[in-house]
Amino acid sequence: MSSSKIDVRYVAKLARIALTDDEVATYGAQLENLLEHVAALEQLPVGDVAPTAQVIPARNVARDDVPQPSLARDVVLAGAPQSQGAYFRVPRIIAEAE
Amino acid sequence: MRRTAASIARSVGRGEAGAAEITEEILALSERANPSVGAYLTITADLARAHARRVDERVAAGESLPLAGVPLAVKDNMCLTGTRTTCASKILADWTAPYTATAVQRLLDAGAIPIGKTNLDEFAMGSSCENSALGVTRNPWDLERVPGGSSGGSVAAVAAGMAAIATGSDTGGSIREPAAFCGVVGFKPTYGRISRYGLIAFASSLDQIGPISLTVEDSALAYDVMAGKDPFDATSVDLVADATAPALRDDLKGVRVGIVREFDLAGLDADVRACYEAAYKDLERLGAELVEVSLPTADYGVATYYLIAPAECSSNLARFDGVRYGLRVDGPDVGAMYEATRAAGFGPEVKRRILIGTHALSSGYYDAYYVRAQKARTLVAADFARAFEACDAIACPSAASAAFRFNAKSDPYSMYLMDYYTIPMSLAGLPALSVPCGYVQPPDASRPLPLGLQLTAPAFAERALLGIAHAYEAGTRHAAQMEPAGLAEVGA
Repeated sequence: MSSSKIDVRYVAKLARIALTDDEVATYGAQLENLLEHVAALEQLPVGDVAPTAQVIPARNVARDDVPQPSLARDVVLAGAPQSQGAYFRVPRIIAEAE
Repeated sequence: MRRTAASIARSVGRGEAGAAEITEEILALSERANPSVGAYLTITADLARAHARRVDERVAAGESLPLAGVPLAVKDNMCLTGTRTTCASKILADWTAPYTATAVQRLLDAGAIPIGKTNLDEFAMGSSCENSALGVTRNPWDLERVPGGSSGGSVAAVAAGMAAIATGSDTGGSIREPAAFCGVVGFKPTYGRISRYGLIAFASSLDQIGPISLTVEDSALAYDVMAGKDPFDATSVDLVADATAPALRDDLKGVRVGIVREFDLAGLDADVRACYEAAYKDLERLGAELVEVSLPTADYGVATYYLIAPAECSSNLARFDGVRYGLRVDGPDVGAMYEATRAAGFGPEVKRRILIGTHALSSGYYDAYYVRAQKARTLVAADFARAFEACDAIACPSAASAAFRFNAKSDPYSMYLMDYYTIPMSLAGLPALSVPCGYVQPPDASRPLPLGLQLTAPAFAERALLGIAHAYEAGTRHAAQMEPAGLAEVGA
């Protein structure tokens, strides 16, 4: 945690959020400020303490694989920005053959 | 005239009043007051009337319903079939929920009437409700001030009498801090007690639904209905939730209440400090034994939380990509569509948290940030376990101040510090609530503002916690002394 630098443009690419130059500057300064604050955690001796992902003990549960009613397809598709027939419609992903 | 859920359910259950008639009164009040308070993003009048008719039929047929005719406000990050469910975000502004959250369904089955969907900080990320992209919510005690957040609309609805029960969700304090700001009771149960099915996820290992109400008894009634295992939420616990409402008590004899050494009140404004010191004395007067306990890791809570919660948020909010629901902004290819949609759909605070979370989880930083924070979380939980060897509950402030003015916290980190007292309990998954504990009048305020006392208990000790809170409430009656000053101005 030695550096509080953050490459906002790179992180935004990973997060799939388009940012303007102004946003890169603003968020960059704000996030570096936050990282300076969270650097306080370096002073906490965590050593070989086990990490906690989930506070309440959980275990895997097996059950019989019985089909249950689910949402109707047209109900689900009604919430989509674009659909076609039984599908979500998205911009072209694979280029046409030359 | 604000009425409790218990009194409404009693009179509807006895046939002294109809759910339909109460619903019309509440809808009329909400139409008058909501334009100024902004508690509701959507008022579901037709749905409310349909539910009221059904409840009146069920009561007439002899059914006993614990929440018969009780007006309910639902935080707008919880699904309710056929209603707009927005998370106060542009990305979901026009999305209609195709199913109902389990916690909400249980309240409706118990006779509650859905009056509307309440405003929140976008995706529940914030402590003032100012991060809503869809509307402003004002504090009914002083319309120039924030209601707190993120469940700001829910607490404002209850404070203004536009609902008797509201659902809130609490990730780092989002039920307790706004409840304190608006002078109502806000209760976050143990993680896993109430199903999260139908709650749009922010940080899944921390998110917990809970009730908001005028009294502890009302929160107990709503909690008893909402709690319990749900096959649709794998993290909901399979433990019998003993009814809490019958266990409410009026004294604190034999109860040991821990006061946290590290939560020094010296840094607070003098009147805020005096109010909390008086609250501790009241606990003692009611029979409790005060013991000092230590939470040495509590000071690291905010730093720990602002790595774990954004990390989980960055993962959960990846689903908002313009494909399956909500907003889409077109682009030349699918990647550009994702980036344009998320740029237009998310507000600044949500973007900040997604960015910091993505950074904390990215290659080269994961161990230094995310894993270290998870280890710190273990230490926070261990602190509480040690403290509870010496006490039955812990008392501390719900927030460091009363409600502040709009735009008072321009620096994101100063807003994050609002949750200093509530975050450690969230990290440890513990049940905690805020109960009104008095009033202060800051120099820049024209009227008194409420403060809240936070009480915390060991995991799954909701029964004891609500009992202690009830005894404190009955022995002090702070909430009964005053009504929000803004109510007359807004026609409530």
